Amino acid sequence: MLIVLARRLANIVPTVVAVMALVFLLFSVLPGSFISGMNEDGRSTIDPAVMERMRKEMGLDDPLPERFAKYMINVATGDLGTSFRTREPVTKLIGVRVWPSLKLVFAAMLFAISVGVTLGFLAALRPGSLIDTAAMVGAISGLSLSQFWFGLMLMYLFALTLGWLPSFGYGDGGLRNLILPAVALGVGPMALLARTTRAAVLDVLNADFVRTARSKGMSERRVVEWHVLRNALVLVVTIVGLQFGSLMGQAVVVEKLFAWPGVGSLLVDSVFQRDMPAVQGCILMIVLFFLFINTLVDLAYVAIDPRIRYR
Amino acid sequence: MTAPLLQVENLRIALASSGTTFDAAEGVSFEIGRGEAFGLVGESGCGKSITALAIMGLLRRPLSLASGRIVLDGQEIQNVSAAEMRRLRGKRIAMIFQEPMTALNPLSPVGKQIAEMFVLHQGASWRDAMDRAEEALRQVRVPSPERRIRDYPHQLSGGMRQRVMIAIALACGPDLLVADEPTTALDVTVQAEIIDLMAELCAAKGTAILMISHDLGLVANMCKRVAVMYAGRIVESQLADAIFARPSHPYTQGLIDSLPRLGERARRGRQRLTEISGVVPSIQAYPSGCRFNPRCPSVTDVCRSLAPDTTALPTDGLVRCHHHG
Repeated sequence: MLIVLARRLANIVPTVVAVMALVFLLFSVLPGSFISGMNEDGRSTIDPAVMERMRKEMGLDDPLPERFAKYMINVATGDLGTSFRTREPVTKLIGVRVWPSLKLVFAAMLFAISVGVTLGFLAALRPGSLIDTAAMVGAISGLSLSQFWFGLMLMYLFALTLGWLPSFGYGDGGLRNLILPAVALGVGPMALLARTTRAAVLDVLNADFVRTARSKGMSERRVVEWHVLRNALVLVVTIVGLQFGSLMGQAVVVEKLFAWPGVGSLLVDSVFQRDMPAVQGCILMIVLFFLFINTLVDLAYVAIDPRIRYR
Repeated sequence: MTAPLLQVENLRIALASSGTTFDAAEGVSFEIGRGEAFGLVGESGCGKSITALAIMGLLRRPLSLASGRIVLDGQEIQNVSAAEMRRLRGKRIAMIFQEPMTALNPLSPVGKQIAEMFVLHQGASWRDAMDRAEEALRQVRVPSPERRIRDYPHQLSGGMRQRVMIAIALACGPDLLVADEPTTALDVTVQAEIIDLMAELCAAKGTAILMISHDLGLVANMCKRVAVMYAGRIVESQLADAIFARPSHPYTQGLIDSLPRLGERARRGRQRLTEISGVVPSIQAYPSGCRFNPRCPSVTDVCRSLAPDTTALPTDGLVRCHHHG
């Protein structure tokens, strides 16, 4: 277990370096900069000399490799730079955003797992039944929905028409404000989990060892509890991990739509403003979250499946 | 003579396939006495495994039991409720499967998989059941069972896994053990050990065996009586000794002729091994008349048009061939 953890952690550093290098590269080919953005319409009253000085201060004229090296060294010491826009340290800027983001992502995943896995299970235990058909139609729809449209429809129904829940914003950070964005974000993973769980359970139900279990005189319920659940879980955990990890990145749209003060909406604002340190910080957070969840999934595998031993 | 332990009468197993049904097995009848070892032999797809599953009440779609009677110890079991069948399964009739690799749950320690039997059928506590699982492992001669009960299937060899399967099957002292090709997936040297172990334990407990195999030699060695199946029908059933000495059905003859014999080359020189020409017909297209007629060396016109009935043999056996009786 510890070896798995150590190996995983050792992998994090090169992954982070590679991703950040990609971000630097992409940003360097993106037209415009924070300074040129201030002067977009050509009617800016800012003195060109001041703009020149700012460019220098922000290091925008330095060669790319030099900027990258400097940035990575600072990151290693916990310094993510200073936001061009707000002049605040990026760590502080992101710090206040991380908790709302985590709350949203965890709530969405909780929704996705509880509804998706349950639906998938019920569908698999009665293939071809009404539950199965309904669940799979729901899953297909859930997969094909755009988060943006679905979020708007949720707002329209539950906030505008029924007036049950607030339509957007963080409010006091309570559950009422969390429900709609979490459902909008969780519907995709929920649908995928329903389908995966169904397939996994059906697969295990056809396995030889399930026939053995039946030949022992076990009731179908016991067969499922003692032999099917854990085996189906292996595949479900994989999908949960993949979805969970990428959810913070996917949250960008939903956060923006619901004016949720998370890392995702900060990222969008920062990209539009070419606020490079803030963008880098946000992406770093999203990547770290992904890697963290992946590590958890690997540990979960070892706990579930005795055949898996990482060397 | 006392009533037999298991009577199978006129079993017909239907295979549903895109709107129509085919008979995967029909007219299958045999009896197994208490503590007797009975062999069911045939090629792949002849219907022997599904006959076993039918006895266990484990046929699943698209297969189903169409007609016939299965009587265990005087009780008809082909139509009993699911709950009642569960009480019989494992406790009075147990089954061993072909692939010990996949027949055990990979995520569960083998001890627990044996212990389940005591919990299910004897209401034992898990702690008590685990102790007895260790004892069961010792009986099937797994070395250091106190450690092995915590092992997972992937940590055991194929032979060891099949021993675990035997321990599971015999845990509750069943009256009948259905062994479906129990050694086919194993090395030849391990095969003999497993067969001997099974025969010995069953003899000690008075458990009857329904041994299913494609290996006539193996079955004839182990069983008192043997039935040969071809294309869903039993074509001959005989005492094991008699079947080698005087095979009555051309198919049985063919099976015996195609067995390689040790030392044959030294005695008679290099020769081609005899084979039965042709292939097993598919369930969807069984030939009319005798189902063996396209491959039979002594086929006549009547074989192609009329399905033969069973004829009694002088040695307490039956044969399904026009050229007998």
